[in-house]
Amino acid sequence: MFEGFALTGQSVAFFLVSLFVIACAVLLLSQRKVIYMALAIGGVFIGLAGIYILLEAEFLAFIQVLLYAGAITIMMLFAIMLTRHDDLDTQEKITAHPVWSAIGAASIGLIVLYVLKFSGVRWPESTESPWAGKVNVNLIGDSLFNQYVIPFELVSIIIIAALVGAITLANREEEEE
Amino acid sequence: MLALEQFLTLAAILFAIGLYGALTKKNIIIVLVSVELMLSAVNINLLAFSRYGFVPSINGQVFTLFAMVIAACEVAVGLAILISLYRNRNTTNVRDQDLMKW
Repeated sequence: MFEGFALTGQSVAFFLVSLFVIACAVLLLSQRKVIYMALAIGGVFIGLAGIYILLEAEFLAFIQVLLYAGAITIMMLFAIMLTRHDDLDTQEKITAHPVWSAIGAASIGLIVLYVLKFSGVRWPESTESPWAGKVNVNLIGDSLFNQYVIPFELVSIIIIAALVGAITLANREEEEE
Repeated sequence: MLALEQFLTLAAILFAIGLYGALTKKNIIIVLVSVELMLSAVNINLLAFSRYGFVPSINGQVFTLFAMVIAACEVAVGLAILISLYRNRNTTNVRDQDLMKW
């Protein structure tokens, strides 16, 4: 699939990490118990942090571990435990629905892979790191607080709105009683 | 040396897996998890183009940062809606949430 593939430390690390990510994602699909699925998504998120480090986005890798593998996975686990989770995720009757879903998902994936490989697009050759000798956090901070300062402020409004909305939604029952 | 193609391939595979999970899973929380998987695949694409694309630039990483923040907000609101739904209807099965289905 990857012609001209040189066996360097980076590529070996990429293969191991992406194998781990895809294995955890398949585990997410194949598990029957809901709580194991949430643990599998934690594995996917940690593996993705490794992919981000290979893409030279160290700051985002740490954010990924803190935000996704830490906060979001734990929040999912809390939600699973607050709701009924003892029933297995079973198929009560055989329907055509999973077959059509599999065909749809596989065809979308295959179309993207076909475009990647056979569309004749010349993807750029891998180059030297554009950020050699610069600190990743400094670059992101410069860009964020100079060029993207308005979106940054808007994001804080969105966070406040989401926080208030989440509390209101989850609390509504008790206020009425 | 790594190339753009490998990261795009990984992202495409993850996106397809997440799409299949979002379409077939019964538990509504797992559907939300699968949507997060698809969002992460998009994040890989953004970062890959930011590092190995035609014009390497830090902008892709800033976009990924915004996408992550919005995804975290989405999960918070989504889980609150889920818990509210569970209180009212006492089920987490996606197939039972058919109030607006005709």
